[in-house]
This record gives sequence, C-alpha cells and structure tokens, in this order.
Amino acid sequence: MSEFIPAHKAAEVAPGDLPAGDTESAVLGYVIGLVLAGGLTVVSFYITRGRLFWPPSIPTALIVLAVAQIGVHLVFFLHITSGPDSTNNILALAFGILIVFLIIAGSLWIMGNLNHNMLPMDQIMNMQR
Amino acid sequence: MSAAVAALRRAGETKRVAVGYGFWIFLLSDIVMFSCFFASYAVLVHATAGGQQARQLFDLDRVALETACLLVSSFTCGLASIASGRRSAVLFHVSMAATLLLGVTFLSLEVTEFMSMVARIAGPTHSAFLSALFALVGCHGVHVSIGLLWLMTMMAQVYAKGFRDDVSRRILCFTLFWHALDIVWVALFTVVYLIGVAP
Repeated sequence: MSEFIPAHKAAEVAPGDLPAGDTESAVLGYVIGLVLAGGLTVVSFYITRGRLFWPPSIPTALIVLAVAQIGVHLVFFLHITSGPDSTNNILALAFGILIVFLIIAGSLWIMGNLNHNMLPMDQIMNMQR
Repeated sequence: MSAAVAALRRAGETKRVAVGYGFWIFLLSDIVMFSCFFASYAVLVHATAGGQQARQLFDLDRVALETACLLVSSFTCGLASIASGRRSAVLFHVSMAATLLLGVTFLSLEVTEFMSMVARIAGPTHSAFLSALFALVGCHGVHVSIGLLWLMTMMAQVYAKGFRDDVSRRILCFTLFWHALDIVWVALFTVVYLIGVAP
C-alpha cells in the first residue's frame, strides 16, 4: 500500500517538467516515447494502405490507434503522470477532454439529426415556387 | 546553504510550477479551439458541392513524411529540455537547431501541398469541405509557424542570457507548446488524411 501524502506536503510539478533522475534515464524516456509513437503511426498508415483488413473496421481502428498515440505523447513527452504531485495537471486535462468530447460529439449529433430531418433539396426548391 | 537561499530557491520552484500550470491551461483551451475546427470539418466533410473529395486530394506519402518530421522534432525538442535542465548550451543549441530544421521541412511540405491543391482547382473557396479543411490544417500550420519563431527566440535568449530562471521557464512553456502541436497533428493525420483516404 502506498503511503498517504497530505495535500500540503505533496509538492506539485509543472507539466512537461522532467522527473528527477540522471540524464540517461531522461533520454531513455524520450526514446521509449519515440519508438512507441512511431510504431503506432506506422501501424496506422499500414492498415490504411494495406488491403488486408475489413474496410468498415478501419476508421474505428485508426481512432483507437490515435488515442493510444496521444496517450503515449502525454506520458513520455509531456510527463503527465497519475502521481500525487500531478493532480492539478490531470484534473485540467480531464476537464479539457470533457469539453472536447462535448463539442465534437454534440456537433456531430445535432448536425446529423438536422440533416436527417431536412427535406431533400428538390422538395425545398418546389416549396419556394 | 543559508535559510534565505533555500527560501529563494523554493520561491523559484513555486513560480516554475505556476507558470507551467498556467501555460498548460492555455494549451488545453487551444486544444478546445482546435476541437471546434475538427467538429466543423467532421460536419462538412461530405459537403463537396460536386468538387473533389478527400480520396482524390490527399497524397499519403507526403503526409507520412510530415508526420515523421513532427514526431522526430518532438523528440529533439525533448532533448533540448533535458539539455536546458542540465545547463548544457551546446546540446541545447544542437537539438533546437534539429527541431527548427524538421519544423521548416514540415511547413514547406504543407505549403507545397496547399499550393498543389489550389492549382488543381481545389482551393478553400471551392466547397464547404475544402473551406473546413484549409481552416483546420492551416490553423495547425499557423501554430507551427509561431512555434518556429518562438524556437528561434529561445535559441537567441539562451545564447545572449544563458539559462537564467526566466529563460528556462520560457523553454518549459515552449516544449509544452511543441509537444501539444504534435498531439494535435496525431488527431489531424488520423481524422483528415487516413480516414479520408481509407477504403
């Protein structure tokens, strides 16, 4: 069980600041991030160009790969961790993700619904006569 | 170490956390702005007005090259932040110069892409889809251009002033900005280019 750290004793870290440690481990973190992100990118391009995959599954697979790659960037490049010294950074990020989700899903939902309920264009033209 | 020096150092660390956190909030609001461009692109992607569609427009080789440039530049930018933490001016200037070179390559690839699209009568005025596309990709490109100006400013400041506390806070904000641009590009190449071309 991890030790409980009272809020006033848990020092905060700035987002993007390097974790304590020697230069080698810091460079290693970026190398791991580069390899993981590069691998996910290569897989994304490969499944788009290859003819091996069932076409309707490809957009979903690409979204999943992109979310995974964004996660890799956040952890290895921006050093956003789940530690007690990073709580504020995580909370701000969670709020940002909520707003992004509301804007994108909400726009697609409302506009799709309007599009679905709109008369076809030729009928609108007839009504205007 | 005297108590006064310790108190000064603690104040410096507190300031660094506050500056980094404030810039993090700005970046998140910038990403919220990008999400509006993404939403309008997703709504308008089929509104081609009889013009060219995504499948006929995009060249995935060029996009792969752009992606590689930005990803490696994110890595070199990380090396620059390590160099700044270790107060190593040589490593800092070398990795920032590499980041600059990769960023300029990315921008020139994007500009030639835009120019070839305009030449093929697929400019931003042709359809709602193309307006949304140029707005979204162009907004990212403008961010990269501003980032490159900031990058050169940081190289000049480290050259002229060294790794002072205020300079190193600005380097922290710059690296955050550059990594965030790479995150936006991940969403961009997936949503616009790969899903646009996918069968």
